[in-house]
Amino acid sequence: MLLSEMKEKQTATVVRVGGNGAIRRRILEMGILKGTKIYVEKYAPLKDPVELIVKGYHVSLRVEEAAQITVEI
Amino acid sequence: MTPKQLTIALAGNPNSGKTTIFNNLTGTRQKVGNWPGVTVEKKEGNVKHAGYDLKIVDLPGTYSLTPFSIEEIVARDYILEERPDVVIDIIDASNLERSLYLATQLREIDCSVLFALNMADVARSRGLKIDDRKLSELLAVPVVFTVGNKNKGMETLLEQAIALAESDRSAVQKRKVKYSKDIEDAISKVEKIIGNHNAGVIPYNIRWTAIKLLENDKIVTSRILEKTGNIGEKILEDIDNQRNFLIDRFDDDPEIVMTDERYGFIAGIIMEVLASSTKQRVDISRNIDLVLTNRFVGFPIFIFFIWAMFQLTFSLGAYPMNWIDSGIKLLSSFLAQALPNNIFKDFLIQGVIAGVGSVIIFLPNILILFFCIALFEDTGYMARAAFLMDKIMHLIGLHGKSFIPMLMGFGCNVPAIMASRTLESEKDRTLTILITPFMSCSARLPVYIILAGAFFGAKAGTVIFCIYLLGIVLSIITGRLFRSTLLRGADAPFVMELPPYRIPMIKSLMIHMWDRSKIFLKKMGGYILIGSIVVWTLSAFPLHISYSKDYASEIEQVQRSYHAQMIAATDAEKSVLQQKMDLAVDRIIRSQAAERAEKSYMGRIGKIIEPVFAPIGIDWRGSVALLTGFVAKEIVVSTMGILYAADQKKDSKALENALVSSGMTSIAALAMMVFVLLYMPCLATLSAIRRETASLKWMIFSISYSTMLAWIMAFLVYQGGNIIGA
Repeated sequence: MLLSEMKEKQTATVVRVGGNGAIRRRILEMGILKGTKIYVEKYAPLKDPVELIVKGYHVSLRVEEAAQITVEI
Repeated sequence: MTPKQLTIALAGNPNSGKTTIFNNLTGTRQKVGNWPGVTVEKKEGNVKHAGYDLKIVDLPGTYSLTPFSIEEIVARDYILEERPDVVIDIIDASNLERSLYLATQLREIDCSVLFALNMADVARSRGLKIDDRKLSELLAVPVVFTVGNKNKGMETLLEQAIALAESDRSAVQKRKVKYSKDIEDAISKVEKIIGNHNAGVIPYNIRWTAIKLLENDKIVTSRILEKTGNIGEKILEDIDNQRNFLIDRFDDDPEIVMTDERYGFIAGIIMEVLASSTKQRVDISRNIDLVLTNRFVGFPIFIFFIWAMFQLTFSLGAYPMNWIDSGIKLLSSFLAQALPNNIFKDFLIQGVIAGVGSVIIFLPNILILFFCIALFEDTGYMARAAFLMDKIMHLIGLHGKSFIPMLMGFGCNVPAIMASRTLESEKDRTLTILITPFMSCSARLPVYIILAGAFFGAKAGTVIFCIYLLGIVLSIITGRLFRSTLLRGADAPFVMELPPYRIPMIKSLMIHMWDRSKIFLKKMGGYILIGSIVVWTLSAFPLHISYSKDYASEIEQVQRSYHAQMIAATDAEKSVLQQKMDLAVDRIIRSQAAERAEKSYMGRIGKIIEPVFAPIGIDWRGSVALLTGFVAKEIVVSTMGILYAADQKKDSKALENALVSSGMTSIAALAMMVFVLLYMPCLATLSAIRRETASLKWMIFSISYSTMLAWIMAFLVYQGGNIIGA
């Protein structure tokens, strides 16, 4: 499934980070890589962006960016 | 003997406590400026330590050294080109894994690196234990523990930095990030390719250069082309073959694979150096966020904070503003008494003091605003504000953080534009700066109040509200338009860290606040001073005007006739007559002032440009008022007061009555309000734009775009209104 389809308080493992050049690389550089565990902390009040916990820190992604990331629960 | 000079650069992730350490090391001896050619803030400080002169440079906070953002390019270029003696990498100890990504890149670039494991106390309280010896050994880098906000470890940090600078560089720092076999093979092949062709031409570490070429790094590739001349193409072709081999082998771009492998390498280090106790501590930050970014109360709290910031800036700021205002008035009235009547006195009081005064008066606002913004930033709330607002701002093609500058614009555009500094991407910043002037600032309100009050009576409030709304709508349209044309390109990815909440340090808040305010005073002061002198000169010259009437003798005549009547009058009648006489004299003085304004260079310019304003229903007096409004928008009102010869001191409705009787129609008044809303930003705002975009081009663009838009909109209102009305 896609990261953007996950519900709050779910944990998943990244299968693939898609998307194009700069954004994709930036997501990877922030430590969201294949095999990384991701916890969906919450969605913003307007449902976008989404707050995640990765490698022990909090990071937010827009839903459209999260939709580039395939995960496995 | 002159002390030895060393340059120490501070690198690190945003929120790693880098700025705190910089402040600790340099105290208040900081120089704040911009990196050449870009709007990224550059901070430097000089300190003496153990007989050395240390220049400490604060590099922009980055997560990586991939040249995607300006900050990263600036940081990397500084390390590559300026070759600081030591680079201190400030690492958030409680966030070791991600921080090590930048650290590995610094190791690869082959500069003398020193790790500062900052906020070690926070890490410990989270049950994280870091084996610093092991880390130092694995990466062959000296490691120092620091606690920035408690000023701990600073001495050791400087000592170690000096020791590292004095040590034999080639002997230490051998260990590098290792990649998988295929990539290592490709790296050595590329090393050979560039080594064969041009040994010594490439000024950087050869392994690093090879890695960057394999990553298809645009800046390094173009530098290779530049340095190697005609064989450059051939070299790049050979390298491309290596790249293609790796793409085939991994079914992905080498830069992606290498990012992956760097993290793999980091995971190995983490396993050896980091011991985390399993007991889960209560995470205060998460609990705060349960409230502050809550689905239901998150927005109300955000709106409250913004409201409080607005109130503090503009309501609390109003008190010191009044004091400054009184001080300036006192000074000018003192000078008015003390100096002999001449042109120099006029120049000093009406040109210089009035001009500089109009800037200084904003200082309390700026100080308070930047204090609030520093508070938002240092506590970590700014990231939450962006998190909340991003969805809305993204519709205009902007980042969540753009909301605060735009909102501040309703108070005053100058601090608003300066507040755009909190945006990381230059395109976002430029776009925010360009649309902020459409937020109707408080200086424009008096103009609306006069015009709407005169022509719309009870509906004035609604009309003014619609003017504000028009500004917002046009800023949205402009935002979308520019985003899809001039400032195209993917808006920066919203990969934003939400750092843990921290208690801000007063010292850092103060430094932050003062830095920004100093910039404001220095730069704005200069531009405003020149601008107001120009406007004053245009309205004061020519000195000798041939008036259509002899005003002095007219006044004398009026006075004589009243005095004659007074001789025969009773005491009660006398005071009535005295009042009448004063009124009559005032009227003559005012019409003289009006004629003087009409015949000054400013008035003549007004007459010349009148045809431009005629299609939007503004006569020469309005044109002159709009011209003087360039210095500060509220001046439009006082200029109209002079030109329409209205006595505003006696009667607040005088100008409104004068406007109505001058033949101005309500549609023309509406058109003028629209024009005032949109036309070129005032001088102070323009100098802020000039400074914050670091470009004259954007300032000129802002002038032309807004003035053109103002004219077109006013034209539509005036002509359209006349058609509908007729």
